[in-house]
Amino acid sequence: MFEAIAFYLFAFLTIVMFFITVTTAQALYALTSLAAGMIFISAFFFILGADFLGAVQIVVYSGAVMALYAFGMMFFDTTRDVKEKKGNSLIIFGLSTLAAFLVVVIFVAPMVTDNITAFYPIIEGVGNTQEVGVVLFTKYLIPFEVAAVMLLVAMVAGIVLAGKKMDLSLTEMSDAEIRDMREEKNKKVLS
Amino acid sequence: MEIGLNHYLVLSAILFAIGLIGVMRRKNLLMLFFATEILLNSVNISFAAISHYYGDLTGQMFAFFVIAIAASEVAVGLGLLIVWHKSHNNIDLEQMSTMRG
Repeated sequence: MFEAIAFYLFAFLTIVMFFITVTTAQALYALTSLAAGMIFISAFFFILGADFLGAVQIVVYSGAVMALYAFGMMFFDTTRDVKEKKGNSLIIFGLSTLAAFLVVVIFVAPMVTDNITAFYPIIEGVGNTQEVGVVLFTKYLIPFEVAAVMLLVAMVAGIVLAGKKMDLSLTEMSDAEIRDMREEKNKKVLS
Repeated sequence: MEIGLNHYLVLSAILFAIGLIGVMRRKNLLMLFFATEILLNSVNISFAAISHYYGDLTGQMFAFFVIAIAASEVAVGLGLLIVWHKSHNNIDLEQMSTMRG
């Protein structure tokens, strides 16, 4: 009973939050409602008994990813309203619904036909974190290491891309220096 | 009122549809990234639900890797976005349709 109440409550909240994210014209509203939706999603993981996944969801999404987005938004002009694509909303709605139903079919189809047996069964009486650790470091060790390398590559790429001219600080430079820099940049653009 | 696997799959499908609507109607690239996050999260819900209802940990493992991919996608995407914004002063999708090299 409590599970049902929690499920419907968090389902409603998540859908509302994500709906705000995709429909609002303000970037800041979108960011905050997305963060709230991420935290509500972690509630589903806790209901489903995937405690470690829920904790990772909170740490990674509302911690790292949201901080990164907030940091990135400082570079962009977020006070300006976001312009929208002028498309036929009926087509968009129809295609989205069709795609979502396809996803359901993809998920449901093999389960109806096949008798599924668990590959790495969940053991009763053992904590979720312990189980996840054992499986992750035995059966999924190589994907885990590859994911670590991928994160390292992403970090290096992020630093290289965003860190250009980070050694220049506009607040510490004199006005003449800033003007010189701007003129040089304009020359580059014009040429 | 037993909550079954289908409840979670339907919820996941609804969230996926919301994300798809976002991907199709947004022109601002930052908003597009938000919509892709919604897509990845909706898939994570169904992974965790299947993992729970079939007593198998594989679904949770895949959810972890999806989270790792989402994190690195954000890092690289925001880096590229910042570079684009520095040179063109906007992040509209329509101005990126031609690659001038």
